[in-house]
Order: sequence, then structure tokens, then C-alpha cells
Amino acid sequence: MKAYNYILLAVFAGVLLYATLHLPERGDVNAPMHREFNEAGGEVAGNYFIRNAYRDAATPNMVTVVLADYRSFDTLGEVVVVFAAGMACYLILRRREEA
Amino acid sequence: MTNPSQSPIVIVVSRSLARVIQLFGIYVIIHGHYSPGGGFQGGALLAAGILLLRMTEGMEGSQVELPTALAMPTAALGALLFAVTGMAAWIGGGNFLEYAGLPIPGVEAVWLRHYGILVVEVGIGLAVTTALVSIFDDLVGKGDHG
Repeated sequence: MKAYNYILLAVFAGVLLYATLHLPERGDVNAPMHREFNEAGGEVAGNYFIRNAYRDAATPNMVTVVLADYRSFDTLGEVVVVFAAGMACYLILRRREEA
Repeated sequence: MTNPSQSPIVIVVSRSLARVIQLFGIYVIIHGHYSPGGGFQGGALLAAGILLLRMTEGMEGSQVELPTALAMPTAALGALLFAVTGMAAWIGGGNFLEYAGLPIPGVEAVWLRHYGILVVEVGIGLAVTTALVSIFDDLVGKGDHG
């Protein structure tokens, strides 16, 4: 059973390494994520962000613009997750006065 | 862990160090427009400053920093600040969280988005700081001072 687990791990590691070999080169302009337009003819989001982040929000740090402006709904969800974690600890663990 | 440290060296060093950590946390939040950082990272630093004092000055001694009872309400306030900013933009004519629609007259859309990001980051910072401190307080409990 133990040998079976190790073989499974080795096979999975092999699959991951094989997938890594086929990643696009770093900075390859023909990689799908670096193209100006995708296969369907629409504008690639990252391309739009790099071009317009400063123009849209007067903020040099485009990561901030993406996180807090273009993709702020996702960030709102993250904040709610943090709040929910705090709320769960509050409801389960806090010692309350005996009523 | 909830009792104050016996050593004055630990108390003095942690007090001065906590202020430096918290100042850096505020810097990370405010300067998020220009350098790596933002609400989550700055909030974690602010919480680290408070938790350092929670460990050295004890749970009772560090209640001045952030009272345990006030932690979760402030986290709710931070999350609400984010959501209300989005709602205000929605009511002002834009989409949800499209800060260009914020109903503030006389400000260009670019700067509305600029300051909208700042308000949202402050909200995230508040929520993360207080939620982390609240989780710590709940896990450690009130200790011997009950």
C-alpha cells in the first residue's frame, strides 16, 4: 500500500513536470496571454490593463488598479471571506457570559 | 501567553517595535498606489503590531490598542465601507464598484477612481487588521485574568 502511494506520487510529479516543459517561454510575445487579441478576436484583458491602468485611475501601480478597481468584486469577496473567518471564530470559540 | 511578560526589556522593546511595525503598516496601505502593498498586506502588519503587544503586555494590558469586544464590529465596518463605496458608485449612475460613478460633483472620473481605490484599501485594511486580532483573541481566550 505504501509503495502504491509513492508510485502514484511519482506519476503525478511526472505529469506536472511534463506539463511544465510545454509552458510558453518567459516574455514570448506569441503566447496567448501576451497577444493583443485572443482567438475569438476580443481584446485580451491583460493587454487592456497594461495600456489603460494609469490613464483610468492615475495610479502607477497597475496591480493595485487591477485588484481594487477592475477586479474589485473579487477583492470584495476576499474581504468577506476574511470577515467570515473572524465571525466563525467569534461564534464558536468566544467565551460568553452565562445567561 | 495572555499574562504580561515579567521582563522590562521585552516590554520596552516590543512597545517601540510595535509602533514601527504599525507605522509601516499604515505606509503600506496609503502608499499602495505607488508601490507593492495594499489593504491586505498593510492590515496584516497593523495586526502584527497589535498581536506583538498582546503577547508581551498581556491580554489585559493591550486592550487599549484594540478592545476585544470592538474587533469584530470594526471588521464589519471595514467590509461595509468597501460595499458601501460600491453601492454609492452604483446609485451615482455607474456599475457596482465602478468608482467613476461616485456621486461627488466637481471631481474628474480619473481622480474619483484614484480616491475610490484608496477608500476601498482603507476598508480592507480595517477589516483584515481587526479580523486577525479577533481570531487571535478567540483562540487564546481570556486567560488567568478571566
